[in-house]
Amino acid sequence: MRFQLIGLNHKSAPLEVREKLAIPEARLPDVCRDLTAYPGIEEGMIISTCNRVEIVTHTQNGRADLRGFLHDHFHLRPEELDAHLYEFREKDAIRHIFRVAASLDSLVVGEAQILGQVKEAYATARAVGAVRGQLDQLFSRAFAVAKRVRTETAVGSSSVSIASVAVELAKKIFGTLQGKNVFIVGAGKMSELAARHLVAHGCASIFVANRTYDRAIGLAQKFDGQAIRFEDLYNTCDRADIVITSTGAPHAIFRKEHGEQFLSRRKNRPMFFIDIAVPRDVSPEMADLDGIFVYDIDDLQQAVSSHVADRRKEAERAEAIITSEVEKFEARQSTLDVVPTIVSLQDHLETIRQAEIDRVRGRMGQMTPEQEMAIEALTRGIINKVMHTPITTLKSAARESEATTVVDVVRRLFNLQVKSKDATDQPPAGSPGKDKSEVGTRQ
Amino acid sequence: MSLLWLRFALACYFIGLVYAFVALSRTSDLFARIALHAASLGMVFHFVSLVELFLSGQIVWASIHNGESLLAFLSMTFFMVIYTIYQTTSPGVVVFPIVFFLTFVASVEQQPVLLTEFVSHKKWLVAHIILIFTGYSALVLSFGASLLYLIQERRLKAKKAASLTSFLPALEVIDQIGYRSLLLGFPFMTLGLLTGSVVALTTYGRIDFLDPKILLSLLMWAVYMLMVFTRWNSGWRGRRAAVLATFAFAAALAAWAANYFSAIHRFAAS
Repeated sequence: MRFQLIGLNHKSAPLEVREKLAIPEARLPDVCRDLTAYPGIEEGMIISTCNRVEIVTHTQNGRADLRGFLHDHFHLRPEELDAHLYEFREKDAIRHIFRVAASLDSLVVGEAQILGQVKEAYATARAVGAVRGQLDQLFSRAFAVAKRVRTETAVGSSSVSIASVAVELAKKIFGTLQGKNVFIVGAGKMSELAARHLVAHGCASIFVANRTYDRAIGLAQKFDGQAIRFEDLYNTCDRADIVITSTGAPHAIFRKEHGEQFLSRRKNRPMFFIDIAVPRDVSPEMADLDGIFVYDIDDLQQAVSSHVADRRKEAERAEAIITSEVEKFEARQSTLDVVPTIVSLQDHLETIRQAEIDRVRGRMGQMTPEQEMAIEALTRGIINKVMHTPITTLKSAARESEATTVVDVVRRLFNLQVKSKDATDQPPAGSPGKDKSEVGTRQ
Repeated sequence: MSLLWLRFALACYFIGLVYAFVALSRTSDLFARIALHAASLGMVFHFVSLVELFLSGQIVWASIHNGESLLAFLSMTFFMVIYTIYQTTSPGVVVFPIVFFLTFVASVEQQPVLLTEFVSHKKWLVAHIILIFTGYSALVLSFGASLLYLIQERRLKAKKAASLTSFLPALEVIDQIGYRSLLLGFPFMTLGLLTGSVVALTTYGRIDFLDPKILLSLLMWAVYMLMVFTRWNSGWRGRRAAVLATFAFAAALAAWAANYFSAIHRFAAS
C-alpha cells in the first residue's frame, strides 16, 4: 500500500494558481500516460476540476517525486507552486480521496458534482491503463463510501449547487427571469446545468455558441434554443441578459471593450456574466463597467458558503463514517498485501512437493492407488502442519505496522522475491501480481 | 384640530423612520410589517388632517406648512402604490425619513394662509399645487430608487454573500420603480409649472424669470427632463442616473426653500 497524492484545491490555492494547473479534458489521457511513465510511479490518476487538481498515484516505494512531475509538466518554478501544494501518503491519501469523493472537501460541502467528476477522471485514467489493481480498489471503495455518506447523512440534501446560486443571483439582478435570454458560450456540462436551472425559472430563449458548431447545435436542440457560430459571438451576445461561459480558452474571451459594446447596444440594460471557466473567460476589468455583473467560479462559491453552515453538523457525522471506512480499507489492503506472498509461498512448496513425489515414483516404479494416496496425504499433511504457523503469523502481521518486514523476511527465506517480479516467466506458479485481485475477491 | 391629527400621523411615521435606519443594517420582516402598518395608520390620521383643512373652507394648502403636509401625504401614497405593485418596503428607507421630516415641520405650528388672498384664479392655484406636489413626490421616489439602485449595485458588485438575503428588491425592480416614478412625475411637474405660470401671469401680468423661485424651478424641470431623456435615449441608470437624480432633488429642495425669499411666491404678505 504505497499511495501517494499531491494536489491543490480552492483552499490551498487562489484561482490564479489553479488556472495554471488546469488540465483540459482532451489532454487528460496523455497526462495520465506521462504520469505513469514517470520514475517510481506504478499507477496514476488525475482529478482536474475548477476547484482542484489532484494527482493520485500508487508508487513503487512510496517516495516518488510528484512535485518534480508537476514542475516538469507545467513548466512552473517551485516557488510559484510549492506553497500551494499539499501532499498525502498512505492512510492520509486514502482519507483525502474518500473526503473528496464524498464532497466533504468541496467548498460547498455536499454538492453532488464532484463525485461525477472523480468518476470521469477514474474512467479516463482506466481507459489508458493508468489505473489498475491498487488505485482501482481505492477508487471503487471511495465511490462506495461517497454513496454511504450521501445516504446515511444529510450532507448532500438541499444541496446548494453553483447552478442554483447562479439563479438566485440572476433574480437579485433581474427580479423575475421571465423573458430573459441566456447565452451559453462553450457547451460544457456545468453550463448546461446552469442553463437548465435558469430555464426552469422562466428564462425565455437560449443561445449556444461553441467552437465546434455541431456541439452548439446539439446543445441548442436540448433547450429548443438557437446555435450561434462562434464568429458571430460578439455580434449576438448583447441579445442575452445572462451569459454563461465555460470555454477552454486559455485567455479571456470577453474583455472590457466587448462589454462596452454590449452595453451601448443594449442601452445600458444590465448583463450578468456567469464565468465558470478555469482559466476565466471574462476578464476581471469587465466588472468595472456599470451594469455588468461578473461572477466567476470562486465568487459563486463564496456566495453559497453562507448556506452551508447548517450542514456542518452533518459533515461531522460524515467525517466519522470516513474515518471508519479508511480504517476498514487499510486493514483490508494490508491483508491483501500479504496474500500474494502466502500464495506464492504455497505455490513454491507445492512445486517442491510435486517434484519430490515424481522422484519417489521414478525410484519405486508403479505404485498402487492406495500407496499414491498415502504419499499424497503424508506430504500434504507435513506441508500444511509446517506452514500453519508462518501463514497465521503473516496474516496477523498484516494488520500491524511490521507487515512489510515480515513479508520481506518470508520472501527472502524462501527466495520468493524473484518469482513475484518475473512471474510471467514461470508458468506453473502463476503471477501473484495478477492473481492479487482474484484472491481478494475469493476471500 | 387638524394639527392634532397630523401629530398623530407624525408619531406613526416615527416608527417608519426608525425602520429606515434599522433596515440599512439588518433585515427584519417583522419590523418591516410593523413599519408598514404604522405608516398606513399614519396615513389615515394624515388624511383626516388634510380633509379637516379642506373642510375649514379655505384653500389652506397654500400655506407653506400645509404644503409640506400635503407633499408628505402624496409621497406616502406613492410609497403605498409601489408597495402594492412590488411588495417591497425598501423605498421606505428613503421615503420615510423625508416624509417624517416634512410632517414634523408641518406639525410644529400653524401659520395663517396668505397667498390666496391676492391670487385671482383660485382654481388654477389648486391645480398648480396638486400637480406640482405630485411631481415632487414622484421625484422623491425616483431619487430614493436611484440611491437604492446604487446600494444594490454595489452589493452585487462586492459579491457579498449578504446580497442574497438583503432587504432590497432586485436591481431591475428598483430600476423600474425609479423609472416609472420618473415618467409619471414628469407630466405632473410640467403641467404644475405651466399652471403656476398661468397663476403668476394672471396675478402679476408677467413672469419674472430672474426670481429665484422661478429660476430654480426651471432648473429642476430641466434636470428632470434630462433624466427622462437620457434614460429613454441611452438607458442611463446606476451611477450616472443617481447623479442626475441627486441634482434634480437638490434643485427641488432649493426651489422649495426659495419660497422663503422669493418675491412672487411668498406665502406671507409683505
